[in-house]
Amino acid sequence: MTDWLPVLVMFVVAVGFALASLGASYLLSPKKATPEKLAPYECGIFPEVEPSQRFPVKFYMVAMLYIVFDIEIIFLFAWATRFNDLGWYGILAISIFTFFVLETLYYVWKKGVLDWNIPRRERYLKQDLTKEAA
Amino acid sequence: MSIELIISLVKANIVLAVLLTNTILLIWFERKVVAGMQSRVGPDRAGPFGILQTLADAIKLLLKEQILPSKADRAMYLLAPLIALVPSFLIFMIIPLGPDITVEWQNALYTIPLVGADLNVGVLYFLALSSIAVYSVVLAGWSSGSKYPLLGGVRASAQMISYEAAMGLALVPVILYSGSLSLVDIVNSQSGNLSSSIPILNTIVSFIPKWNIFPQFVAFGIFFIAAVAEVNRAPFDLVEAEQELVGGFHTEYSGFRFAMFFLAEYINMFNMCAITATFFLGGWLGPTFEGILPPIFSVIMPIIWLGVKTFLLLFVFVWIRATLPRLRYDQLMELGWKRMIPLSLVWLILSAIVLGLREFGLPWS
Repeated sequence: MTDWLPVLVMFVVAVGFALASLGASYLLSPKKATPEKLAPYECGIFPEVEPSQRFPVKFYMVAMLYIVFDIEIIFLFAWATRFNDLGWYGILAISIFTFFVLETLYYVWKKGVLDWNIPRRERYLKQDLTKEAA
Repeated sequence: MSIELIISLVKANIVLAVLLTNTILLIWFERKVVAGMQSRVGPDRAGPFGILQTLADAIKLLLKEQILPSKADRAMYLLAPLIALVPSFLIFMIIPLGPDITVEWQNALYTIPLVGADLNVGVLYFLALSSIAVYSVVLAGWSSGSKYPLLGGVRASAQMISYEAAMGLALVPVILYSGSLSLVDIVNSQSGNLSSSIPILNTIVSFIPKWNIFPQFVAFGIFFIAAVAEVNRAPFDLVEAEQELVGGFHTEYSGFRFAMFFLAEYINMFNMCAITATFFLGGWLGPTFEGILPPIFSVIMPIIWLGVKTFLLLFVFVWIRATLPRLRYDQLMELGWKRMIPLSLVWLILSAIVLGLREFGLPWS
């Protein structure tokens, strides 16, 4: 655990620095809060609606895909540190594994998960403009 | 108090002082370089060549009011700047600054490694701490209770995790060379010069140092682009796109809480460049000119070499910012998922096969 002692000490020192400077700022700075000042920023007017709590589903898809790749990276690190011991067996195994991950990526790609905002643009380009005018 | 605790305390305080001073220099450096590229003068009032301008800004921010917005989620709002700042200090601890030095004190020899902490899981530690930066941005955006920070935070989370995957994949070839996750070992594996079994090629490449950038130039490119995206610098600064999102995730932050985000951003930028130099440019390795310069330089030269490499990379960061326009969000995500991740996976398998041929011979022999 002695390896981690400097990290632990650094953590304490960094938190201490952050809290001390925040405290100093708290003592030195003016405190004149007004309702207008505390309102959420909206270019000078009071906001009419609350910020939306719903997001496009694509963000969730990216988060799920990230987990797949993050787990893969962990496996790859474990293999890479033992590269010399595992030899060709390791390279073959990791190639097969990577092939399946790439295949997953290809599937997701063709399903359109990685396309951001393309359908709308295509719809716009495909629509019959003459019919709209008439 | 044990000797380890004293050494750790000294190290932590040195790292704190170096990183803070360095940030002051770095912001000045960036402003001067961008100003030069745009035919301006840049800051020139405070101190010689305006070098104290950042210090003046920091003092100004210290004296400004800290606003706690009425719609904010108080606990998360107050915690987010801390989550941004503390990991940025912690990442610097694993960067090796030079070889071990031996100090004689009270008739006893002490070996002090010039690294904050030589962790055997250094690469994982680095990736884990840079993931924590995502939390700070998301929490800051979400807890502000305002629409622009929220949009900035959601954008940031998707962007940072996308590029983190590419970054992790680009690091695997480096570990193939070192066989260890410790950054000290990664630097040591890059010492010496390149060699080749073909005699003519050997005479050419034997002058080139065995840095990972030469065999792994594709991984270097992927890692560097991902590093720019990971610290949300232009052209990947959609998180705080001023024209669309006011200030992005830190719109509602003021005073010193804003300064902490700012500080964290620049320390992270410095860390990323130092880490890139460690992984791909040989870290502190470089000629020490032993015998020509006084002996003290054998301690100082590695630190100078790491500093030179880091500031070269930082110059590239600033150069990119001054040159390239911001990407659109769909372009950003497609670059990450459709180009960099498949490329890094294919490159990884290719370099594993090439290394395998060199280390183990043909698979059927």
